Amino acid sequence: MDIHLANDGVPIYLQIVNQVKYLVASGRLAAGEELPPIRALAERLLVNPNTVARAYRELELYGVVSKRRTAGTYVSGAGSPLARRERVKILSERIDALLAEASQLDVATEEVIDLLRRRAEVMQPRSREE
Amino acid sequence: MMADDLFAPEAAIDIRGVTRRFGDRAALDGVSLTVPCGAVFGLVGANGAGKTTLIRHVLGLLRAASGSVRVFGLDPVADPAGVLGRVGYLAEENDLPGWMRVDELLRYTRAFYPNWDDAYAAELSRAFALEPAARIKNLSKGQKARAGLVAALAHRPELLVLDEPSSGLDPIVRRDILGAIIHTIAEEGRTVLFSSHLLDEVERVSDHVAMIDRGRVVFSGDLDEVKEMHRRLTLRFEVPRPAPPALAGALAWEGSGREWTAVCAGRPAEFQRAAEACGARIVEERVPSLDEIFVAQVGTHCPVRGED
Repeated sequence: MDIHLANDGVPIYLQIVNQVKYLVASGRLAAGEELPPIRALAERLLVNPNTVARAYRELELYGVVSKRRTAGTYVSGAGSPLARRERVKILSERIDALLAEASQLDVATEEVIDLLRRRAEVMQPRSREE
Repeated sequence: MMADDLFAPEAAIDIRGVTRRFGDRAALDGVSLTVPCGAVFGLVGANGAGKTTLIRHVLGLLRAASGSVRVFGLDPVADPAGVLGRVGYLAEENDLPGWMRVDELLRYTRAFYPNWDDAYAAELSRAFALEPAARIKNLSKGQKARAGLVAALAHRPELLVLDEPSSGLDPIVRRDILGAIIHTIAEEGRTVLFSSHLLDEVERVSDHVAMIDRGRVVFSGDLDEVKEMHRRLTLRFEVPRPAPPALAGALAWEGSGREWTAVCAGRPAEFQRAAEACGARIVEERVPSLDEIFVAQVGTHCPVRGED
């Protein structure tokens, strides 16, 4: 599990929560996969173990992960409404940034949509090969 | 003020109204703070703010001229054995005897602590690649810090005190030290007090923080609560301004023209109203990093100058 912490004011537990959500939504953490134990992740990220524990609690609350009785935290089943919502949220953030930039460059939303379609066509052959 | 004997029973360290003068300069000026048991307590402040003086009081190396210091409810000056036996300490200026070999240092230190754990000392020495036969004076700064860390940790102290442990060390040694802090607290009920001016490290590792400026406590408490009390706000004005506005709670400003950014302290709910009152709207708002709070609180002691 690849987590990068930034020192930009966002609370560390929240950075962990957001990145685990992202990893789950993007498929880099699969359903049923085990998250590192709290202590191990704390020692790897060099953060307070309570911070990791708090992040895991939040993730459990959102239904992204669940605790099993034998101890250990696992990624919940795929296709949960959250995974979908999270994907939409990630894309929405990118789209917002794109629209803001388009507006600054004086490019109308319709043009942006056209451009998106054209880019999708360009990208299509490659994604089919994969 | 409360009586000395009414220390909080769950406090590892309880400091009340401590003042210390060196000549006519107050190194500590009415300092009160409590380090709860099990906390990782980060002490931050500029060089010369009083952090080391405070730590020396905790260790009983300095007697409180006024006020009181209690460690596990004991006076560290009156009962040094009772306190220091439960404390592990690593100083910034590594004061290890240079003529000793690493193994001699550990044998020497071991004699002071009934709880010394030989297996743990050996495990740490191996992990830190410490050469037992090496003379301390011939060690690199990083290896000296690691030797000091083994000496401070091997009796599994209830309280670990680190004075600027990362100062001047490379990132790899800093990782070892932070790892040791995390390892220490992961064991139930242990407490860490450490001073640092590397605020991103403090923010990562601490759950409590106190900021000291010129001998006074600026704030002290739960790290999340301290952060929640601060906001970094960007205000946008209808008309460009030559200088930042007067905004209640603003600690420091930067910006120009229509956009000005301030780090503010106080009740976040009131910032909105304060911004409106000076004819601006908030276009960006977030919780600042500890580093940003520090710079805003004590970075400059003069107000930001507007452009004329």
